[in-house]
Amino acid sequence: MSQHTTIIEAPLGATAERQAVLATSGEAPGKDWIIVTRGIKREYDMGGEIVRALRGVDLAIQRNEYVAIMGPSGSGKSTLMNVIGCLDTPNEGEYWLNGTRVSSMSDDELARVRNKEIGFVFQTFNLLPRATALHNVELPLVYAGVGAVERKKRAREALSRVQLDGRMEHRPNELSGGQRQRVAIARALVNNPSILLADEPTGNLDSTTSEEIMRVFESLADQGQTVIMVTHEPDIAQHARRVVVLRDGLVASDDRRSAFVEKLGLTV
Amino acid sequence: MPFFEAIRLALQQIWVQKLKSFFTLLGVMIGVTFLIAVVSIVGGMSRYMTEQLVGKIMAVNSFELRHRPNINIGDHDESYWRELRRRPRIKESDIEPVASALPDGVLWAAVGYDNLAASSRYVAKPKGVTAFTVTDDYFTIKRMAPVSGRLFSPQEFERGMPVIVIGQDVADYFFPALDPVGRELTIRGIPYQIVGLMEKQGSAFGISFDKFIVAPHKSPINRYVNAHGVIDAIMIQTPSREGMLSTMETVRQVMRARRGLRPAEKDNFELETSDSALEFWNKIKSYLVMAGVALPAIGLVVGAIVIMNIMLVAVAERTREIGIRKSLGARRRDIMSQFLVESATLSTVGAALGVATGFAFAKLISMVTPLPAAVELWSVLVGIGIGAGVGIVAGVYPASRASRLDPITALRAE
Repeated sequence: MSQHTTIIEAPLGATAERQAVLATSGEAPGKDWIIVTRGIKREYDMGGEIVRALRGVDLAIQRNEYVAIMGPSGSGKSTLMNVIGCLDTPNEGEYWLNGTRVSSMSDDELARVRNKEIGFVFQTFNLLPRATALHNVELPLVYAGVGAVERKKRAREALSRVQLDGRMEHRPNELSGGQRQRVAIARALVNNPSILLADEPTGNLDSTTSEEIMRVFESLADQGQTVIMVTHEPDIAQHARRVVVLRDGLVASDDRRSAFVEKLGLTV
Repeated sequence: MPFFEAIRLALQQIWVQKLKSFFTLLGVMIGVTFLIAVVSIVGGMSRYMTEQLVGKIMAVNSFELRHRPNINIGDHDESYWRELRRRPRIKESDIEPVASALPDGVLWAAVGYDNLAASSRYVAKPKGVTAFTVTDDYFTIKRMAPVSGRLFSPQEFERGMPVIVIGQDVADYFFPALDPVGRELTIRGIPYQIVGLMEKQGSAFGISFDKFIVAPHKSPINRYVNAHGVIDAIMIQTPSREGMLSTMETVRQVMRARRGLRPAEKDNFELETSDSALEFWNKIKSYLVMAGVALPAIGLVVGAIVIMNIMLVAVAERTREIGIRKSLGARRRDIMSQFLVESATLSTVGAALGVATGFAFAKLISMVTPLPAAVELWSVLVGIGIGAGVGIVAGVYPASRASRLDPITALRAE
């Protein structure tokens, strides 16, 4: 690998071969690059057998991008999402999040980063069943040490942003699937994270509600939020403006939406 | 997470599963109940023994020179009783040597008593009374005062006149609805004039202390209370407790000399204080205290084990929740403290309930039996403190397991 001290900006849509070469260790990426990974490898020991989930992933994502990470089951997209989301640390390689090298942080430091920089949205919503929508949304602020009054104010604002003003005191079991996911999105946004990380967010929703939720993500991306969505469905992926396809633990393709849709058309 | 938030959350958690929480904290609750109940019962009994029972019989800072102990509650064998019976009595002739050996400011009184039949003209049937013959300072030492009439004058003491003061029960029986002062009570054919009615002394364990009459030592009753020249006791009262012990030793030496006892020989008389009377009670008390420590301890250990196991189950059931919290930024110590606070709160609530039931139990005992049982504040504080402590100790392992869960695996849990 050649060693450069400046980042070569890769035009969106570059293929895997022409992926950007990143600064070597010690030199942090520039401010506009929210996510920069180099050579991420992650393997697990599953009962004696070693499973190589990620085999050297290079990825660069700028502020305000709307990226879909696609791939079949076993491609490593969930593992990549966990690494990006700081839930997991890679065995090899480096990961810079918002200019900070995250890949070798301690558990406590990672927790801090998750709290401040990452907003998760899960397929199964993952709300606390016995807490109200409002309390669910204010939870990240609780762990950020924000006072009760301020917390409630910001939680209400977040719920407004996803048009859920009227349902704040309801528990998850009193809400529809779409409403629950919106609560989850509000929770993900409440601490103004650098990235919104969504894992199959429409997986448990019907097609009408799915469209609804995808519109929410769209509007958030329009407002300037960086959104990364992991999915195995091309229909969902084409809502994004850039699609990264993973296969067997490596980036197989990295295209603008238009190119991606074109490709889809070709194969279908 | 701020402390009060965590406690509020924990209380919420407990409330949501009321029945399950109740059974979880039952062990701690029972342990603390025992603690409160035993402490209050033992404390009450102790107070009763010292103040009500012995305090009424023996005056403060005083001891009595007798031939054998007056209050003798205890576990003694045959040889002990035989030895007691062999002891020589205290004599009139002992009074002067003992009295003159006492330091200034120390009061003394010679006392003799026995049950005698008395009669008055107002009631047909004669009845037994306890008749005391005493010397001048008796009333001062025992702090007895009349409610009507007066005590004896120095001349009455000196000349041994047939005058008496009587107790409330005697007045009630022999002079119903009458003022006894100025009237007469006849004992062995001799009438005695009542100069004073004494204040009520009370009772203990069903024995009334008001069935007495008191006469001057030199009065004719003396002949019937004891054999000639014999007295039952010399009461000695010192101004302070410290002085009492040294004065006791002085008297002991005087008596040992008079009786010609060799250094190796034990006393053949008794110097009785309220402490020695309470000796047996103190022994019982120490056993009760041991029970009072053992029973709560067992309850608390069981309680701790139950809490620990329930918390382990809770952690397993809430694995997903822990994963969610961690994904939102909860650190290990946040999860750890959440569960620790939960188990400590659970256990403290149990302790508080235990205080309430212990309180109720003690109240019940004091209403149903003559035992006074009053809850003592220190036992409440200790109970709650131990309750919290048990919860923390029991919760450490489950909380630590919860904190070490991998968020990814936890999120996949059902």
